[in-house]
Amino acid sequence: MAPDTLGFAENTRLTSGRKLLQRLHIDITLLGGLLVLASLGLFILYSAAEQDQDVVTRQLIRLTLGFVVLFVLAQFPPRVLRRWSPWLYALGLSLLIAVLLLGVVGKGAQRWLDLGLFRFQPSEIMKLAVPMMIAWYFTEAPLPPRSKHLTIASALILVPTLLIAKQPDLGTSLLIASSGFFVLWLAGMSGRLLVGLLVLISAAAPFVWSYLLHEYQQQRILTFLNPEIDPQGAGYHIMQSTIAIGSGGPYGKGWLNGTQSHLDFLPERSTDFIFAVFSEEFGFLGNLLLLAVYIFIITRGAVIAAQAQDTFSRLLAGSLTLTFFVYLFVNIGMVIGLLPVVGLPLPLVSYGGTSLVTLMAAFGMLMSIQTHRKLIAT
Amino acid sequence: MARLNPYALKDHLRESLLFNRHLLVAMVVGGILLLVLIGKLAILQIVQHDQYTTRSEKNRIRVQPIAPTRGLIYDRNGVLLAQNVPSFRLELVPERIEDLEQTLTTLESLVSLTEEDIARFRKSITEAKAFAHVALRFRLTEEEVARVAVNRHRLPGVFIAADLARHYPLGEFAAHAVGYVGQISLEELQDLDTTDYAGTHHIGKVGIEKFYENLLHGEPGSQKVETNAQSRVLRVLDRTLPVPGATLILNLDIQLQQIAAQEFGDNNGALVALDPRNGAVLALVSMPGYDPNLFVNGLDSKTYRQLSGSPERPLFNRALQGQYAPGSTVKPFIGLAGLELGTVNGQQELKCPGWYMLEGDDRRYRDWKKIGHGEVDLAQAIVESCDVYFWDLSFTLGIDNLHSYLSEFGFGRKTGIDLVGEMAGLLPSREWKRRARHLPWFPGETLNTGIGQGFTQATALQLAAATVGISERGKRFQPLMVRAVQEPGDSAQFEISPVTQTPVPIRDPQNWDYIIHAMENVVHSLRGTARRLSENLPYRIAGKTGTAQVFGIKQDEEYDEEKIAKRLRDHALFIAFAPADNPQIVVAAIVENGGHGGSVAAPIVRKIMDAYLLRTKPDGA
Repeated sequence: MAPDTLGFAENTRLTSGRKLLQRLHIDITLLGGLLVLASLGLFILYSAAEQDQDVVTRQLIRLTLGFVVLFVLAQFPPRVLRRWSPWLYALGLSLLIAVLLLGVVGKGAQRWLDLGLFRFQPSEIMKLAVPMMIAWYFTEAPLPPRSKHLTIASALILVPTLLIAKQPDLGTSLLIASSGFFVLWLAGMSGRLLVGLLVLISAAAPFVWSYLLHEYQQQRILTFLNPEIDPQGAGYHIMQSTIAIGSGGPYGKGWLNGTQSHLDFLPERSTDFIFAVFSEEFGFLGNLLLLAVYIFIITRGAVIAAQAQDTFSRLLAGSLTLTFFVYLFVNIGMVIGLLPVVGLPLPLVSYGGTSLVTLMAAFGMLMSIQTHRKLIAT
Repeated sequence: MARLNPYALKDHLRESLLFNRHLLVAMVVGGILLLVLIGKLAILQIVQHDQYTTRSEKNRIRVQPIAPTRGLIYDRNGVLLAQNVPSFRLELVPERIEDLEQTLTTLESLVSLTEEDIARFRKSITEAKAFAHVALRFRLTEEEVARVAVNRHRLPGVFIAADLARHYPLGEFAAHAVGYVGQISLEELQDLDTTDYAGTHHIGKVGIEKFYENLLHGEPGSQKVETNAQSRVLRVLDRTLPVPGATLILNLDIQLQQIAAQEFGDNNGALVALDPRNGAVLALVSMPGYDPNLFVNGLDSKTYRQLSGSPERPLFNRALQGQYAPGSTVKPFIGLAGLELGTVNGQQELKCPGWYMLEGDDRRYRDWKKIGHGEVDLAQAIVESCDVYFWDLSFTLGIDNLHSYLSEFGFGRKTGIDLVGEMAGLLPSREWKRRARHLPWFPGETLNTGIGQGFTQATALQLAAATVGISERGKRFQPLMVRAVQEPGDSAQFEISPVTQTPVPIRDPQNWDYIIHAMENVVHSLRGTARRLSENLPYRIAGKTGTAQVFGIKQDEEYDEEKIAKRLRDHALFIAFAPADNPQIVVAAIVENGGHGGSVAAPIVRKIMDAYLLRTKPDGA
């Protein structure tokens, strides 16, 4: 799709349905992709949860809530979002510090804030606030960014990343770092600098290993490198999920027929490892189909970013879309044994609450960016 | 930094182009990463699919063994000696029990539970999976089974499981012959084919049960089951039925066993009865017996100590392993050697003064009869059991002739019976003495050997087998416990044919008649040492008594005057066959500390022979 330079002319030819959608600020292409993915997710969740309809219903409720959030956010034009950015970032940062000081420990990590009614994970805010903040920052600065701006932006990324890594939540901090980095990159950071940065990161790796990583995180990475060292413990997850995927074969064992998942061999099968259930039951062909749906959504996101009319919208849309890809890549990579086990769900498919709503919020922003474009190019 | 209008100072076209270029780079990198994912998926799901299918099957499919049913054992007349009876055990499944303590209390009121039962249960329940069946009590009585069954509604998670346990209905009467099964020990496990015994908990420990383990055990079956990650069995996918073990029909006549046990009374000893025509073992008795059923499910240490520590040694199989000096029962064999080698002839007489002396040795060897037997020929020497005659004869024959001739009858060698643990006895020779004692052979030892004393040792089984050699005039058979084997699903019985052994070489067949006639006169003449047997005897018995001095068995730990006195008494022996002119049964009996063979051992033998030969009448013994 070409950039909408002929917006006005096109606008006159809008059908009434399209007009309605435009007024509701819904991007039907993106929505279609999301609905297909969510339905696939419910389908496989039904199988992964041993045909427990309650689980599916709960997930459906979350999805509905997510779509409501998406719809509501889509109504706010990007300039409003831009105005919120520093405040949201500030809020998120203070909450992260609050978590550090008085957060609730759950599952061995301190990630939650107990708000009386429900537990809340401030890192979820940062998933949106960091790219928004960096995008906001670069709308103020000339592009491509100078090294001073890059340094400040890097600091804005690094602080929440480290705070979250310390909780410890490696998966989320990775996502947040990438979402920030993507803004840097899309803002025009030079390729040479990127290479330099990568070299720096690899140089820092040993330091990170011994001082920043918790023992269980080190263990995960070691186990990833050689799952057989601990077949009953940490390596068990990876072994069992590769067995599930491999035994699924080209066409899969059929819906509800996965032995690895239904006989309990596969751990975390309705959450982080749900891709293995899908792979086992639908095989390689099913995987291609699933990936096609993801590619469709990501491509649409990229198109929205490319068509966006101001710097903030462009950078934010691009970063959110690429982060969505990271989500996908890290989860599947982990389940098929390409990457170490970091606790990231398969976006929109894994059973789970807050991250789903955050994702939907991100897609709401994408829709806002797409549907609030000015009709005349500036 | 001053707030600037973002739209004013920027080069929007350049920015947009830069953005698009970098977005494209990111998308290309993303595409490459996606291809890596797809590539890895293709490797897993297409290239390595078979390998992972195998691993997934291995995850979920277990092969469980199904133990075969052990073969039955019958005696020659179809009396059941070893069978499999349902045995019930009480099992609890932890995950289905809400209140374990309450359940245990309820169960205590229904079945008897020892503290040991409960302690063992508590220990195993901590190690067991929640869905596992944990045994609380074994061998429930039928009444207990009924009581639990009636109360099932208030005992969720409590089950009664049935399996088959070995049972010996005639208990101790056949214990030493049939033996018993017991739980497989760790040492046994090392030598076993574990796939064959995967579902089996018991194995033959002694007797027929051990010797014929391979036939009795059968072939295990198996079932393929689907299990989940916690090893819970979800369904059976496939099943191969086990093949039960073969049924064994023994040569043994349990009635003879019972009569022997009754006749031995409180005496210890052994008795072996053979069919001389084929070597069939009609009776194999070791007294005292024991209840083999005790061993099937493992006996508590107290009972085991009682059994193994008893001075009566009930677990010791005297018929196979008890090595006794054969005493005068060797005389017919030595007499035959004398006749065969021409050292003596049947008519030649010797004056027995009641003692014997070797030249150059002033030791007097005293006959059991102090006043002597007077003028005796070989036959009379056998009838009266004259020691002097046999001292003279054996001294003339020499140890080498004695050894080689007695060897022909199987002395000093295992008979090869189909039982485990048989002892070979001892037939001394110069060579043996040099090897075992590092000493030369002394002439006095030849004299001892000539009357079955000294180094010579034999088992009751050996004596019986050797006696077959006389009754059958040289033909010898390997004693056989099993008469026939019936494979499962096959109504025909496979008869085991007799196994002949090297016959005793004979120069003059009339020598057999001479010896057999002499042995008949042991019973049927006025001066015979077993003459009392002939009262009201409707058939003729040929036999020989024996008395063995006791110096071998030193096992008394307690200083019970009376017991010691009895222990020092001689062992009584009797070997015999009947009817003398058409032998159908050969019996050798040893009564420990019984005194003289004719008065103690011979009557037991006669009872056995009566029962076997006169059985046409309804049994009134």
